[in-house]
Amino acid sequence: MKGYKKYYFNKVIWYVLTLIVAVGLNFLLPRLMPGNPVSAIAVRASNGMTDQTAIQKVYEEYVKTFGINKPLYVQFLQFVKNLFRGDLGVSFTYYPRTVSDILAKSVWWTVCLQLPAILVGWLLGNILGAVAAYIKGAWDKAILPAFLFLSNMPAFGMAILLLFFFGVYLKWFPTSLGYGYDLNPNVSLQFIGSVIYHYQLPFWSIVLITIGGQAIGMRSMSIYELNADYVKYSRFLGIKDRKVVKYVFRNAMLPQITGLALSLGTMVGGALVAEIIFSYPGLGTTLLAAITGRDYPLISGCTLIITIMVLIANLAVEILYGFIDPRVKAAQEE
Amino acid sequence: MKNMIKQVFHSPKFIIGFIIFIFMLLTIIFYPLIVRADPLNMIGGLFNKPGTYISVKDVVQTNEYSLKINTVSAKLNSISEEDKKSMADWLIRFGNVKKSEININNATSLVNLWNENYKSTAEQTGLLAAQKQGYMRLNDKIKELMSNADVYIATKDNNGELESKAPLDSQAFVNTNDILNEKTFILGTDNFGRDVLTELVSAMGTSLKIGLVAGITATLIGLVLGLLSGYVGGTLDDFIMFVTNIFTVIPSFILLVLISFSVGQNARGVMLTACIIGITSWPWTTRSVRSQVISLRNRDHVNLSKLSGHSLPRIISTDILPYVASYVVMAFILQISSGILAEAQLSMLGLGPATTKVSTLGLMMNWAMAYKAPLTGAWWAFVPVILAITLISFSLNLMNTGLDQVFNPQLRD
Repeated sequence: MKGYKKYYFNKVIWYVLTLIVAVGLNFLLPRLMPGNPVSAIAVRASNGMTDQTAIQKVYEEYVKTFGINKPLYVQFLQFVKNLFRGDLGVSFTYYPRTVSDILAKSVWWTVCLQLPAILVGWLLGNILGAVAAYIKGAWDKAILPAFLFLSNMPAFGMAILLLFFFGVYLKWFPTSLGYGYDLNPNVSLQFIGSVIYHYQLPFWSIVLITIGGQAIGMRSMSIYELNADYVKYSRFLGIKDRKVVKYVFRNAMLPQITGLALSLGTMVGGALVAEIIFSYPGLGTTLLAAITGRDYPLISGCTLIITIMVLIANLAVEILYGFIDPRVKAAQEE
Repeated sequence: MKNMIKQVFHSPKFIIGFIIFIFMLLTIIFYPLIVRADPLNMIGGLFNKPGTYISVKDVVQTNEYSLKINTVSAKLNSISEEDKKSMADWLIRFGNVKKSEININNATSLVNLWNENYKSTAEQTGLLAAQKQGYMRLNDKIKELMSNADVYIATKDNNGELESKAPLDSQAFVNTNDILNEKTFILGTDNFGRDVLTELVSAMGTSLKIGLVAGITATLIGLVLGLLSGYVGGTLDDFIMFVTNIFTVIPSFILLVLISFSVGQNARGVMLTACIIGITSWPWTTRSVRSQVISLRNRDHVNLSKLSGHSLPRIISTDILPYVASYVVMAFILQISSGILAEAQLSMLGLGPATTKVSTLGLMMNWAMAYKAPLTGAWWAFVPVILAITLISFSLNLMNTGLDQVFNPQLRD
């Protein structure tokens, strides 16, 4: 256990460093662009506002949050200080709501949609891939191109096709929003039912996309393992197939877990755009609204919180990996 | 080299991917030579259905033929299933018709029953006023479909009064070959009234260009960093790997959004978008090149070159590069397809190329969604685009898998 501590400590330190870089980029990128510093965004943001007090408020907010006239490092410290207080500024499009308030509402929709969807897709994909590798033959020949095709479809494409077929054509499921427009969020059977009803299309579109890529990866890993020497040797010794297969899939699983960690960022990006298709009340739709309204504080808040979510998920996968992979354990116990 | 190419073309996956890709490439090249119209020319209306459009005036002025065909029954077959069901429903509930007498699939008999039994004044207990109105409208619609009365074509005479030229009875036909003005939209028109097929072909070309530029940018950055990090090693390796690892974990999607937004609407052209995609997607190439170079670094032939006093660029270009070339090509192919996808995703967020001069696959999707094509049932505005994106990416990935199997024999089935 002592060795584990060091392993996890290193991992956590590394992720904290990455987070600092991510925050730095979030701060720096918009400021480094020629002819488009934050001050210009402030002017642009208040364009078209008629309420004088609102304009003044936006300016004050900008001077306060960004410290436009101060040197860059002072601005950065101010930015981090505000961040620690959970103060991400005031949104322009949803004025006078604060960014943290908006994000706090939408982040749970995204987490509750994407986390189960990606997990279910990953699990189903791995099972199907392993089965395809084990059975081979016609099943494998038919299913592989299908998965390959699926995995190459953009997530929003799948979302639109499902929306069109099940939402518009068959009218089985609602085409937009996270719950009935005639309901207020509360803890009632009717509301929860409506949420589950609206959940289906976004959920399955993410699941289907995830299945394709994972199944292909798992299939080739399993084939690789099934041809390994230890499998041939075990078969030669007369060990039952069922027992060998267990080891094979455990070994094939490990790279799949690393693969999940590495592709999480891409998956989340795609799934966010899929959310937009359904006007799901999560971060994707918020990000779209922010970009359309040129709402800089909200964009910055969205990108930051998505990065943090992906980092946390990655860290969780790596910690899990440490427990599952016997090699990590062995290395730590030396 | 020759042998390797020969081997590559023995892989069925590579060949299928290659054929699909070449087919699309040829379409992109040769289609504009056949259809010379400007792909962004707005000729139609909002989401016109696919089909051939012929001039109504031409139809009226063309020679007519009388054919003995019952035109009414074809018209009656156009009554929607829903309408038929509600007709049957009314007949059973209020028209004293037995359920067994109604055959919903035979439009003619259903309409006959309807005409015999429907009365708007009948007692309709349990129906809302709106539903009663709905049935009256349905009745009017059917009357119009059944109508055998002649339609008159009229012109204005000198006094400005309408003068009937010719009656058109329901059995008058024209030959479509006689009609001079016609336009075929194989895939209908988009929200601006542009021909979707022509636009799609040109958008595929632009998107491929974006993927190519993004892929070249990403591969170059990744290759240089990977070679440096793998071959030079030491502190430089640590530093490059630190940066690479950070950028593998921070979602490239987020960086894309931040950079594209910061660059601003006015500067964001097609090429700039492609470059932005390129500079956010190099970490994968760096990683794979580095791990290859590390395994090559201490091979005998490299050591021999070192002992012979060859310079660093020479060692890298003659002793290392040829061995990593296959990995670079594979990474490059994947970069192209992910670049096309990234452009589409960015455009869906409204951060794609800010231009109206060219169309890209992402922009087509963006406009189709902005005008709610799925909700209006205009499938032709978005299904072909999704299929095009998927097919390009599918063919590139198939080629990549084929190459992978040739270069890594362990993966062969």
